[in-house]
Parts: sequence; C-alpha cells; structure tokens
Amino acid sequence: MNFSGEQIERYSRHILLQEVGVEGQEKISNGKVLVIGAGGLGSPILLYLAAAGVGTLGIIDGDVVDLSNLQRQVIHFTPDVGKPKVISAKEKINQLNPDVNVITYHQLFTAENAFEIIRDYDFIVDGTDNFPVKFLINDACVLAGKPFSHGGILRFEGQTLTHLPGTACYRCIFNSPPPPDVVPTCAQAGVLGAIAGMLGTIQAAEVLKYLTGTGNLLTNRLLVFNAKEMNFRTIKVEKNHKCPVCGEQPSITELIETEQAVCELKTKKNQ
Amino acid sequence: MSKITVNDEQQEVTLPLTLTGLIKVNKVLQPDMVSVQINGEYIPREKFDSTPINEGDEVDFLYFMGGGQS
Repeated sequence: MNFSGEQIERYSRHILLQEVGVEGQEKISNGKVLVIGAGGLGSPILLYLAAAGVGTLGIIDGDVVDLSNLQRQVIHFTPDVGKPKVISAKEKINQLNPDVNVITYHQLFTAENAFEIIRDYDFIVDGTDNFPVKFLINDACVLAGKPFSHGGILRFEGQTLTHLPGTACYRCIFNSPPPPDVVPTCAQAGVLGAIAGMLGTIQAAEVLKYLTGTGNLLTNRLLVFNAKEMNFRTIKVEKNHKCPVCGEQPSITELIETEQAVCELKTKKNQ
Repeated sequence: MSKITVNDEQQEVTLPLTLTGLIKVNKVLQPDMVSVQINGEYIPREKFDSTPINEGDEVDFLYFMGGGQS
C-alpha cells in the first residue's frame, strides 16, 4: 500500500511511533474489524478505529437512536434521534475519515447470522448490552477461531478481556448467562456516560495493538475498574479446562439461539 | 485471625471458614452470580460449600457486567 501525502499527514502521529510506523499503519489500513453494537461502547470504539484508519469497519446494530442514548453514545447527535444507529454511525465515520470502508448490518446478531457475518473480519469487538449476545459472540468467535474483545459496563464500573484462539474465553470465567433480570443492564441500573468512553477506548486500543502486533494484549487477564474510586486492576484468568465451549470436553459445539431482551426500558413493570 | 487477600485487598478472617462463609462475610450481593478464583483456580459453584479458606489464600470475586449498547 502506498500512502498519499495526505494520508502520511493524517496518520503522522501513528507513523512517528516506533512500534507502529508506516508498516504498522499499513496493517491498520488493511484491517477488517466488526463492532457489534453501535451504542455506549461502540461509539468510542468506532470513532477511534475510524480515526486510526482501520480499512474496513463492520457495524451491526438493530436499534434506532433514542434521546436517552445521547448522554454517552457520542457517535450519535441530537438530529439523529429516530435514525438507525448503523446509519448514524456510518455518516459520522465517513465525515471523520473517508479512507474507511463502512459495512452496515441493521439487524440483531443471532445464532443464525453469526458465522456468516464474522467470517470476513480479522477481529470482533463486543459492544453489546445483554448477556445472551455476549455469550453468543464468545461462542461464535471461539468456534470460528476469531480473536475478540469482551467489554461490559455498569454504573461506575467496567470490565474487559481480549480473547485470542487458545487463551481464556468469556465462558472460562462466566460459565453461562445469568437468568434474565437477575443482573441489571445499564438500561435498568444506569451508567455514568464517561465510563462507556473509558472502556470503549481500552477496547479500541486492544484492536490497534492486535492489528499492529504491539505490546501485550489483555489475554488471560480480566481488566476491571471502578471509576468511583478510580481503581483499576487486572485479574489473572486461566483457560478453564472445564469450559463448556473451549474446555477439554466441550458441550457447546454449535450456536444455539437464546432470547434477547431488545429494550428493557419498554418492559419495565408497573409503568 | 488469619490473613487472606480478597480482590487484591488484605482481609482478616476467622478460620475455619468455607467459601460460602467468605461470600457471606463479604456481603456479596448475588452469591449465585459470582465467579470465584482461589489462588488462580476456578471453583465450581457446587463446591462453594465444601471449599475451605486457608491462611494466605488469594480470592477473586468476578462479577457479571453487561451494559454497553442500548
């Protein structure tokens, strides 16, 4: 790939980095990344990956922009309310960096379409808000041998783990999804807007590190932070030999559809 | 009192104590939902009652965190 003068200027702060350079920027520009969810986490992830010049960005989200999203979903603006999130996100990315090829999927990520969609990507990023989909992303990526970044936020806290084939997966730590409504989502319990930015940018940095082969990824380590105390820690997590999807005797060998809570706000009782 | 480490913080507990007891002492909100590692080993939920806590153990409580999209 030959960068134009404009591109050299655009990416100059990456190119200056010894660990990235022109070669690393080429790897970023050739990268294909799928971001599942264009919400609180997806917004910063997409903006930073687009600014970095990731060649192909896939975005999957079945939702439309709601006024209550704008407190933290920084890729969507007030005039976007009512617009599909994937379209709103694509418009911003195109304005930010015309080098990026954006592929949109205005649909849910399901057991049926998972393999077909992730097949074309080098790295998958979980920016979703419910457990069935988080486990589905995990299982699809483990079974297809794709690297991915798990991310979750709630109230003032966040957690993230990077999975490469052979390293600990989400199921190694959390065996199976919690029963519905036992663990609250952000829509039920709230989240400080900037927490989404804190965690999403960590996930975006992991993607860029992966694409450029730089540093040590968050593999076999779960990063958790509590922004109220501004306390960060990484917990060593090993591959679990009893893991139902990547263990020695896996019980999950294909994807199974699980119910997805589409919008908890609308299902609140006693309203 | 015996010293153990829970989520990177020193704690003093009275032994004998099972993992289930330690979960109670730490007032874990949803004991059925927490994943536990002791000295880097995952403890299956059905063994929480029978797993003893020992002096010097490093215990990690890991919680579900599900938000981010909507």
